[in-house]
Amino acid sequence: MSVLKYLLQKEFRQIFRDPSILKIIFIMPALQLIIIPLAADYEVRNINLSIADHDHSVYTQQMIQKIKSSGYFKLVNYSSTFQEAFTSIESDKADIVLEIPANFEQNIVREDHASLFIAVNAVNGMKANLGASYLQNIILNYNNQIRTKWIQFPPIPPQTNIKVSVSNWFNPMMSYKYFMVPAVLATLLTLLGTFLTALNIVREKEIGTIEQINVTPVKKYHFILGKLIPFWILGLAVLTIGFLIMRFGYQIHPVGNMLIVYLFASLYLLVILGLGLLISTYADTQQQAMLISFFLLMIFIMLGGLFTSIDSMPDWVQKLTWLNPVSYFIEVIRMVVLKGSGLSDIKNHIFVIIGFAIFLNSWAVWNYKKTT
Amino acid sequence: MKQFFAFVKKEFFHIWRDKRTLFILLGMPITQIIIFGFALTNEVKNSKMAILDFSKDAASSQLVQKMSVSKYFDATTVLTNYQEVLPVFKKGKIKMILVIPQHFANDLQHGNQAHIQLICDGSDPNVANTLSTYASAIIKDFQTAIVKEQKLPYRIETDIRMMYNPELKGAYSFVPGVMALILMLTSAMMTSIAIVKEKEMGTMEIILVSPLRPFSVVIAKAIPYMILSMVNVATILLLSVYVLDVPIRGSLLLLLSEGLLFTITSLALGLLISSITDSQQVAMLISLMGLFLPTTVLSGYMFPIENMPLPLQVMSNLVPAKWFYSIVKTIMIKGLGLSYVWKETLILIGMTVLLFGLSIKKFKTRLS
Amino acid sequence: MINQNVIIAEGLTKIFGNFVAVDHISFEVAKGEIFGFLGANGAGKTTAMRMLCGLSTPSSGKATVAGFDLFKDTEQIKKSIGYMSQKFSLYEDLTIRENIQFYGGIYGLSKKQIQEKTTYLVEHLHLQNYQNSLVKSLPLGWKQKLAFSVAIVHDPAIVFLDEPTGGVDPVTRREFWELIYDASERGITVFVTTHYMDEAEYCNRVSIMVDGRIEALDTPKNLKKTFNSLSMDEVFLKLARKAVRGE
Repeated sequence: MSVLKYLLQKEFRQIFRDPSILKIIFIMPALQLIIIPLAADYEVRNINLSIADHDHSVYTQQMIQKIKSSGYFKLVNYSSTFQEAFTSIESDKADIVLEIPANFEQNIVREDHASLFIAVNAVNGMKANLGASYLQNIILNYNNQIRTKWIQFPPIPPQTNIKVSVSNWFNPMMSYKYFMVPAVLATLLTLLGTFLTALNIVREKEIGTIEQINVTPVKKYHFILGKLIPFWILGLAVLTIGFLIMRFGYQIHPVGNMLIVYLFASLYLLVILGLGLLISTYADTQQQAMLISFFLLMIFIMLGGLFTSIDSMPDWVQKLTWLNPVSYFIEVIRMVVLKGSGLSDIKNHIFVIIGFAIFLNSWAVWNYKKTT
Repeated sequence: MKQFFAFVKKEFFHIWRDKRTLFILLGMPITQIIIFGFALTNEVKNSKMAILDFSKDAASSQLVQKMSVSKYFDATTVLTNYQEVLPVFKKGKIKMILVIPQHFANDLQHGNQAHIQLICDGSDPNVANTLSTYASAIIKDFQTAIVKEQKLPYRIETDIRMMYNPELKGAYSFVPGVMALILMLTSAMMTSIAIVKEKEMGTMEIILVSPLRPFSVVIAKAIPYMILSMVNVATILLLSVYVLDVPIRGSLLLLLSEGLLFTITSLALGLLISSITDSQQVAMLISLMGLFLPTTVLSGYMFPIENMPLPLQVMSNLVPAKWFYSIVKTIMIKGLGLSYVWKETLILIGMTVLLFGLSIKKFKTRLS
Repeated sequence: MINQNVIIAEGLTKIFGNFVAVDHISFEVAKGEIFGFLGANGAGKTTAMRMLCGLSTPSSGKATVAGFDLFKDTEQIKKSIGYMSQKFSLYEDLTIRENIQFYGGIYGLSKKQIQEKTTYLVEHLHLQNYQNSLVKSLPLGWKQKLAFSVAIVHDPAIVFLDEPTGGVDPVTRREFWELIYDASERGITVFVTTHYMDEAEYCNRVSIMVDGRIEALDTPKNLKKTFNSLSMDEVFLKLARKAVRGE
């Protein structure tokens, strides 16, 4: 195995001498782990509200006050015509317009009911839905407030009331970052692993060094191991850097045993590097290698549950997820870090990943033998 | 001029011959649209729910039934005691547990009061919140069904109108984003790599001593990618209109012009990148980190900008894709005209000029 | 009887689709010989050499290299040959020492042997002050000489050189050929392709390929007599004119 030793020596020398690789290994994780979790937040807050008030009564003032103090809305416009209010939606200054008709207070008290008109900018459907329901909720609460002022309810409520209490486990501050940071780390490892491997091998193809190696007694499996091992080690190093950022930067204390993640990551890296190797056998230029990797990884990552939940996907897509190695890693890392899942909980994932590793690497090696 | 076109033709041949790259460049928008259009959604559906029912009476079964038929929940797992809660969460499939205490039916009938507990997996706070909101709504519904009368006095009714997107389709907000992303990728990244590749191979010198001015050379390299980008824009628009039912409400001409503008902006970015590095690998990684990442995350198409911490909000203003995204939404979905996007358009033009200026300067210093 | 021929080719052929790159060539190369393999671009010489190195499988024919069968003992052949291509030989981002160490190591030399070889090589080529510099910083002429020396670091039976002296001045080329003579005297057979006709004069024997076939094979002196020419240039022109395949 001393041939392998010399190969590894050369690889490591080359890697550490390449300034761009070092920058990538350190800067990329830092950038991604900092920007994405900070930016990624689907919660709807700071909804810009524009109000057209034709009533100006005590009730409207109270209601507006309640809306403002809810914390969800920001009053950006208060006018007396609907037209003016609506222009703010067109110019994107407001997300929602609330129109309060004339005689609002009067109508509630005398006619027993009054209507409010709400126009929502629904280009972003989900934001619109949530925004509208928050507003409705606040109005409903205010409605009850008015009602209780006018009617006294007896001790046994005349109408049935079910009290619902909600408790959220594993994420005490309900912080989206808890959810995102481990997953971003998984994504990072995936991107780095495949890219670096694929680019590295294709670069050797382009320059001609692979041919030189082919003339020597170095066997194909030596060469492949000589490529996989350094990047495997590098992958685990990046994982460690990521964990440090997670632990000390985001104060996320893993509930489960980190060694389990390392174990899974070791196996997962074999899959990812194998994919890089496979791609390198289909690419003739670095440009191709990069594009193919990017294309494939983009699909895997998007469908892997990073940004949107897999459960929301249509059935046929969910079944496709079984073929997506990235989804397994994202799931495992979230489960172990946030919920403390153990080996027995992820044993299916482990088997699947081992299967992937064997399949991808066999294909890659077979293809590599064929084409060089 | 003739030499210029000869050069452009040569560049076209390069790209045309590289079928793999071409296939991916043209296929990417299609895949993205399909994935976003049919697979990804932030809507929560079919979430796995477990039931911990201590009453097992008529009322509790009714409630469980209501949960099961709702499109939001897949309530098939049944637990028998509290000890099972943690392990089932750890296994990862169950997102929420509905706990119904003993004497549920009894409490409802005789005391008019009952207590339901929802235990959520808070790992994904969004999903947890949404699920508890939906579950609470279903429970309220259940409650209302028990209450006979329903004309309460002193009612405020709300009439809600969803503008521009009455069916609340997710596609409306991501199609513009996909457009920005694909343009950025094709125009900026590919161009920068093509130029840097020439530098790496050493053929740049040969070109520089040709009768063609160096900057014309660079532009000639960019033109095929620009055309590819516009082809991609057309693909995206066609798919959006005919496959995803996303309308183009505003002026198509204005939309395409803005698309062209953004292509040029991306181009300028690509040029800048190619002027600061000689290695393809580095160009690719700068493109990824400096283009792709900000475009996806900071342009507002995946995550709302107003939620981000202030520094990121400021950074997002520097991302050309953010302005383009806003422009496309306004024209395509809202159907408004130039008077509503002139500010953003001006910003894009300004950025383009600045980027071109910077790259020219960098090129000149390198050549001398 | 021990066969003194280190390369024996019989009817070696390589076909790509409909294109016959190498058309049933047969020849022998003796131990210690400097054998020049000439031909115009596209004549098939690089393809032929790649077959002998084990980089490409012949479509038909037989060959023995360093005593081993080309088809059955490819691994043994690889241990016994050295190779220097015009596209690449050394890792630019490694130092001189590191390159020697790497190639020495993968050819199975012991640490001590590597150390000795390194000292010898570096002195011989007067590169002592540069042994820890990256190869990419060396001028082309030095790179070529170094590449050749590294190609024979394991004292192979044969070394294959593919257009090794491109792009340098005649003095440097001459110096390179001094190294080739050295190697030949040590018993290493040198199989070199070139299109510099003056270099053809330095070889013991020369073969000229045209359109995939060997049209001439003899010592330079005899070739000039046979073709009634004053220089190898003329010999080549006379043969090449018959060629159908150009660049």
